[in-house]
Amino acid sequence: MPETLLFYVLAAVAVVASVLVIGQRNAMYSVLFLIASFGALSGLYITLDAPFVAVAQIIIYAGAIMVLFLFVVMLLNAPQEDAATWDRTNPLRRPGIGRIGASLAGLLVVQLVWALGRIAGLGEGVRAQGDAATLSSVRELGRILFTDYAFAFEATSALILVAMVGAVVLARKESEQ
Amino acid sequence: MDFGFVSQMLGAAGPFLRPAIIGLLIFIVFNALIIASAILVLAERKIMGFMQQRYGPYLVGPHGVMQPFADILKLLFKEELRPKGADKYLFTLAPVIAVVAAFTAFATVPFGAETTLFGLLEEPIKLGIADVNVGVLVVFAVTSMGVYGIVLAGWASNSKYSLFGGLRASAQMISYELSYATSLAAVIMLSGSLSLREIVDSQSGTWLGFVPQWYVFLQPVGFVIYVIAGIAETNRAPFDFPEAEQELVAGFNTEYSSVRFALFPQAEYINMVTMSAVATDLYLGGWHSPLIPTEYGWIGFLLKVAFILFAYIWMRWTLPRYRYDQLMQFGWKWLFPASVLNLLVTATLMLYFNA
Repeated sequence: MPETLLFYVLAAVAVVASVLVIGQRNAMYSVLFLIASFGALSGLYITLDAPFVAVAQIIIYAGAIMVLFLFVVMLLNAPQEDAATWDRTNPLRRPGIGRIGASLAGLLVVQLVWALGRIAGLGEGVRAQGDAATLSSVRELGRILFTDYAFAFEATSALILVAMVGAVVLARKESEQ
Repeated sequence: MDFGFVSQMLGAAGPFLRPAIIGLLIFIVFNALIIASAILVLAERKIMGFMQQRYGPYLVGPHGVMQPFADILKLLFKEELRPKGADKYLFTLAPVIAVVAAFTAFATVPFGAETTLFGLLEEPIKLGIADVNVGVLVVFAVTSMGVYGIVLAGWASNSKYSLFGGLRASAQMISYELSYATSLAAVIMLSGSLSLREIVDSQSGTWLGFVPQWYVFLQPVGFVIYVIAGIAETNRAPFDFPEAEQELVAGFNTEYSSVRFALFPQAEYINMVTMSAVATDLYLGGWHSPLIPTEYGWIGFLLKVAFILFAYIWMRWTLPRYRYDQLMQFGWKWLFPASVLNLLVTATLMLYFNA
């Protein structure tokens, strides 16, 4: 079963790299692990017979968006975060903010569990629209993306924008206060 | 001469021998790219010498042809230095990323029709390593990975000049990748395929009996945009800002020495070859040329690639470098709108003529 083996290797890389993204104190390394994670995801798409999605993943996420992230991180020249010096006055460190973050994380877990529970039904829905050959064709993909899944498509782009603003806020130098 | 063994190995397309053929092709292409970059180093210095009315390298070997090999030997024996404040992992990784991306990008570029190589093989093979149905995008994706080598080199060196080089590389990449992709999209629309081999084969035949049906005649604006964006993507003059030597010492590779340094120009030259080969496939009909039968089309392909590479070098030693803000203005305010307009006009004309 080379495909199964490949799946586990790529999935492990993706998960480990994603964990390392948030585990790094150096913003530069976080960006690089995120690129590695995207690379592994792209490999997973190839094993799913979706070469176009795999290549689009590399071009858009790993190629364009992450270059932009790298640019932002380099431009702000984020210093290595030091665990010992907490800045209590930083608005991001207030306990209320932490609670909002925690509740959002909890919400995300609930959503994930719910979504994973529905996956079997979702898979049927996609399969009903055509076999793997038509689904992997760029024409079909474009049609589905801009009709049935238009909302998810736009919501994802908003999510990326939020993440970008977050990166700018977190990586900014705190010298002028 | 008896080529029995070779033809046996390549000709029998049995399930077990297929990997052997692909392996041999990879080996040939890999070495051809290395030799091509050596030839380009020499050609660059020779053509530069010619344009500046001097000799260029002529002492090592007849007419200086061994100069690139002497250069690489010299670099091999140099000490590998690493600045004290440099990030030791990324500093080592950066040149590797650059050169691996450069080699990998060529994997999906086809360079010839089905051929038996002058009757050497019993069964014809398709010249090209991997025939992927999204080939154009794979080349684009892998070349866009190459910029990480430059950006990381700039950041990991912990030097202000290198950092500026890296910053410029990433900003330039983002600005020019859009125009590059949009000019590609027009060709993809015309051919109706994402496979480079199918794009090339849709350019066979002639108009009026003598004008070859190359997309450069249907997409003259797209071709110019592609070439300009391609020069910017490969960081060549007049867009060589990441290493602008009058401003940044040597830019992103200021702190590099020895083999690590050698890998950057190597990656740059291989990227030039890939860019020229893709331009040939997309716009110049690939292996379809007048007067050359399709079976020997790879000869015409090589000639076209060589011509584009010559034009690359020609431009470098003719045009002065832009100013950095001019580069950004040109990329966003002129090149990108022009490429979008080109796409829209192409789409409109296609609809009009099909209807």
